[in-house]
Amino acid sequence: MRETPIYGLMAEFDNPTDLVHAAKAAYDAGYRKMDTYTPYPLEEAAEAVGAHHNRVPLITLVGAMLGMIGGYSLEYWVSAVNYPINVGGKPFHSWPAFIPVTFECAVLGASLAAVIGMLALNGLPQPYHPVFNVPAFARASRDHFFLCIEAQDPKFRMDDTRRFLLTFHPEDVAEVPH
Amino acid sequence: MEGPDQLPPKGIRPPIIGPGHNFGTLTDRIAGIVLTKHTPVFWFAVVGLALMIFGMLNTAVAYLFARGTGIWGINIPVGWGFAIVNFVWWIGIGHAGTLISAILLLFKQTWRTSINRFAEAMTIFAVMQAGLFPLIHTGRPWLAVYWLFPYPNSMGVWPQFRSPLIWDVFAVSTYFTVSFLFWGIGLIPDFASLRDSAKSLAVRRIYGLFAMGWRGSARHWNRYETAYMLLAGLATPLVLSVHSVVSLDFAVSVVPGWHTTFFPPYFVAGAIYSGFAMVLLLAIPFRYLYGMQDFITLRHLQNAAKVMLATGMIVAYAYGLEMFMGWYSHDKYELAMVHNRLHGPYAPYYFMLIVCNILIPQSLWLNKVRSTPWMLFIVACVVNAGMWLERFVIVVMSLQRDFLPSSWGMYWFTKWDVMILVGTMGFFTLLFFLFIRFMPAISISEMRMLLPQAKVKE
Repeated sequence: MRETPIYGLMAEFDNPTDLVHAAKAAYDAGYRKMDTYTPYPLEEAAEAVGAHHNRVPLITLVGAMLGMIGGYSLEYWVSAVNYPINVGGKPFHSWPAFIPVTFECAVLGASLAAVIGMLALNGLPQPYHPVFNVPAFARASRDHFFLCIEAQDPKFRMDDTRRFLLTFHPEDVAEVPH
Repeated sequence: MEGPDQLPPKGIRPPIIGPGHNFGTLTDRIAGIVLTKHTPVFWFAVVGLALMIFGMLNTAVAYLFARGTGIWGINIPVGWGFAIVNFVWWIGIGHAGTLISAILLLFKQTWRTSINRFAEAMTIFAVMQAGLFPLIHTGRPWLAVYWLFPYPNSMGVWPQFRSPLIWDVFAVSTYFTVSFLFWGIGLIPDFASLRDSAKSLAVRRIYGLFAMGWRGSARHWNRYETAYMLLAGLATPLVLSVHSVVSLDFAVSVVPGWHTTFFPPYFVAGAIYSGFAMVLLLAIPFRYLYGMQDFITLRHLQNAAKVMLATGMIVAYAYGLEMFMGWYSHDKYELAMVHNRLHGPYAPYYFMLIVCNILIPQSLWLNKVRSTPWMLFIVACVVNAGMWLERFVIVVMSLQRDFLPSSWGMYWFTKWDVMILVGTMGFFTLLFFLFIRFMPAISISEMRMLLPQAKVKE
């Protein structure tokens, strides 16, 4: 992994507009391995770094289907196969009565899948990440906005990239050590 | 600290967020409650009192397990007493949290942002209190596992899936889990803020652990927002289903007064009614004690009061409909039920319920009441009492006089019933104050989005 001595170069901005402007320009300049770090969700920033779609909805759908099928099968197997009891002459497979639990299981499966899927795709929990090595990065969860171009990007050249980032008048451009 | 609430000039609504805030001040004010070294004196007072009441709950429950449910006032014909009344009451209170966090999110009601976090916490803690009752009302909770949950046990018996009681187990446990997930993922970015603002290494480590390494990456936020919206979409039908299923516990039976098709919407409206009353009951002291008038403004209180007024009117309509259906059915048992409500031995409870849930809340039509926190606080107390009475009226009055006069009876609750009800209030208060002290009670990352400087300028 350690082909490059540093993780990347990080520019710090004090407002979202400058950040999005810089991120868009970096994308247009051909940089791909980069990310923005913001204290709240910023749709424009996600679009600027090329994160349009994600697979959370698909995972959620799979969770919902599994929950639905699992819940209904459990009810069917319990009530009609393993432990059939005649209650007031109702059929063993009395499907209308099985719908509420099927619904709840579908919601449960979907919700667990949405949360676990989101965390897994994000690679969380993650005990260590190089961006935290920059002291100013503590403000990414407070009031500052960061753009990090990673050293692994083929277009990354220490001096050129630094000069490129400085054209957007950031508060600071810092090297991110591993 | 902010001064007392000032009403803006006529025709202008109070703001959602006080003037003069930026990302930094907002973070400091909300995180300050958690990160301060000086825990306020009132916090110790409330937690101390709540701990004592919690101790009383433990005593009463220990005695219950030792002696059985005979220590309660339940009997034949009233086999469902306080335990079920309290269960329905608490679970109803829990409904406002998800309504605020999910339904109002989908409708883009931005005012929800500053109250959603603690309303979600309120939901979780209220559902915990509610969940206690089905467990302890069995008297032998260690056996209740196979009565409630389908698991392969050595006796080879399974729950009855045609019964609303087992639907209830699934509905409530799913509701608890989904509320907890919703609350939990909302907290992750805020834990990251606490981690980065904390001065001491130990505190930073602890919040860092819960923040799971959150760094605010654009790709992470993108998936996070998707998951959050999906959860909101899933929680919306869920919250409506939970109290509907609770109402089916009653409506599926043939007992007079319970056997009606309008129970599900009636119960859901009542749940939201009592839930918003509880939100006000918690929000008004919270904003006063912690000086949060900038974030929980009069606008929030007014809106919550309007929701209460609307749902209260639905509940009032349902009470009218109960009477009407009794008359319209022309069924002598249903008619006797209406008569019993108005003239029976529990009629004072019924009239108290009408006063608490219909008459007194009409004061919310007045802007003066909606904009005066102490008045709202009183109305909220009254509505919560009224909603408890409603469940008492539904549970006890239908059971005490059903079809055969020879099997009629009376229900008198005992001191143990009261101790457990009051005990759960103490437990709830304890959990809520621990939450306020150790977690950000207002969502910091979502509040930042409400500031004008959060927008990207073209």
